[in-house]
Amino acid sequence: MPELRIEALTHVYSAGTPFQKTAIENIDLTIPQGQMVGLLGHTGSGKSTFIQHLNALLQPSSGRVLCDGKDINADKYSRRDVKWQVGLVFQYPEYQLFEETVYKDIAFGPKNHKLSDKEIDERVREAAHFVGVDEALFERSPLELSGGQKRRVAIAGVIAMRPGVLILDEPTAGLDPAGCRQILDNIMDYREKTGSTVILVSHNMDDAARLAERLIVFDHGHVAMDGTPEQVFAEPEKLVSIGLNVPQPSAIAMALRQRGVPLEGSIYTHGQLLRAVLRAKEASAC
Amino acid sequence: MLKDITLGQFFPGDTLVHRLDARTKLIWLLLYIVALFQAKSWWSYGLVIAVTVLCMAVSRISPKNIFKGLKPMLFIIVLTGLLNIFYTTGTPILPGWIVTWEGIGRAVAMILRITLLIAGTFLLTYTTSPIALTDGLEKLLTPLKKLHVPVHEMTIMMSMALRFIPTLIEETDKIMSAQKARGADFETGRLIDRARALLPILVPLFVSAFRRADELAVAMESRCYHGGEGRTRMKQMKLQSIDYLALIFGLVFLAAVIVLRHFGL
Repeated sequence: MPELRIEALTHVYSAGTPFQKTAIENIDLTIPQGQMVGLLGHTGSGKSTFIQHLNALLQPSSGRVLCDGKDINADKYSRRDVKWQVGLVFQYPEYQLFEETVYKDIAFGPKNHKLSDKEIDERVREAAHFVGVDEALFERSPLELSGGQKRRVAIAGVIAMRPGVLILDEPTAGLDPAGCRQILDNIMDYREKTGSTVILVSHNMDDAARLAERLIVFDHGHVAMDGTPEQVFAEPEKLVSIGLNVPQPSAIAMALRQRGVPLEGSIYTHGQLLRAVLRAKEASAC
Repeated sequence: MLKDITLGQFFPGDTLVHRLDARTKLIWLLLYIVALFQAKSWWSYGLVIAVTVLCMAVSRISPKNIFKGLKPMLFIIVLTGLLNIFYTTGTPILPGWIVTWEGIGRAVAMILRITLLIAGTFLLTYTTSPIALTDGLEKLLTPLKKLHVPVHEMTIMMSMALRFIPTLIEETDKIMSAQKARGADFETGRLIDRARALLPILVPLFVSAFRRADELAVAMESRCYHGGEGRTRMKQMKLQSIDYLALIFGLVFLAAVIVLRHFGL
């Protein structure tokens, strides 16, 4: 299980043309193994650029990315090898499906790894099981599945590589609430059973608050906030000024505070909100 | 990465060349090409080069960008040069060699001609937005409508194709990244392996291109698009005095090259 260290990472797109744009600048982060990280930030904050550095799809303009202490961009072999350790699921991953059957598509990653047929088979079944894709679908064309099923097949295609770090870019975008919950449950299940690091890029603050142990907030290519959900949601005003939503309970707490209700502590779950309101009520009754 | 392909990419700017009407620039390119193919002597080539450099300087397009655009054509340019060197008869540079002085001269002339042709075309596409370009083309071709040539349909197809090139490149980039993340290897292996490695890109790309085409058709139809008949434009194109000046300059340039040729210079 790998630990990721990011040192002074900067990436500039189209350097030296009128389109030059610094996407991320001087990012320093350490992500220990097994951590469940929520990556937040609005569109264009650099989070997509950032995650593509973690498995060497993009090479840094300056700075380094270390996986277990080894520079992943050291040479072409390390750039290749890191892809087996850090699995990246892109936004709308269903658009990358191409094989004739679901089985073959999930097997694409392991096959590129030159594994034996037996091991490939094992991994495909395991990955399909993790994301709840029924084996009855194995011989169907991935293109005729429903949107949610396609998404799960695509995620299975990455999980089949058994990455120690699983990064998902907005895995629930465009799905209905039931589909969202299911996919997030599958991911949490995968993490629990394998002890992998999971980095979840999300717009949905409620999901982030509920699932992540640590939240990293990107703003204009910099890390604006980094801490436990408790620490991050203790400053809802800062999140709002960055242009992000806060979880529903935080928003309610913020509105109540503005109206003079003295609520204490960091509030981002319904339970915390309830307790804080009750405490405030008791205090005012005295 | 694919994004580095600069083939016909627009570089926004606010120079004299950028401000010219697209029609002017199209006609200019036509005059330029005719002049280029009329050029025979080193004098006339020198004149064409001077005009090209002048246009580049005025439009503030750096030669680096032009050369970057030339890169994909390098093979054709070199091949043309080599063929001309070896297949032109004349006085050998050394007794018994196939390479002749005439051959070298022709090779240099051909390489210059192709390079200048591409450079001129790039100057047009670098300084003119694709939309302005197709609008200009449509306006220029309007007389053909009388002959029942579907000018509007052709140009709208062209502007759509141009509009979707960056989208498709971006999409290809994305799909490529996604497959690379699953360990796909596009760089090594034999030719057959590499061709096969393209399949995971091409299939999703085609699927999404068809989906996009479908969506675009629905979007256009729901906005009552019904072809060019009676369609008005938001941006009316009007020729300014600089356009006329530029056209006169273009004609003088062409005339100069023809005169040079006439005098055998």
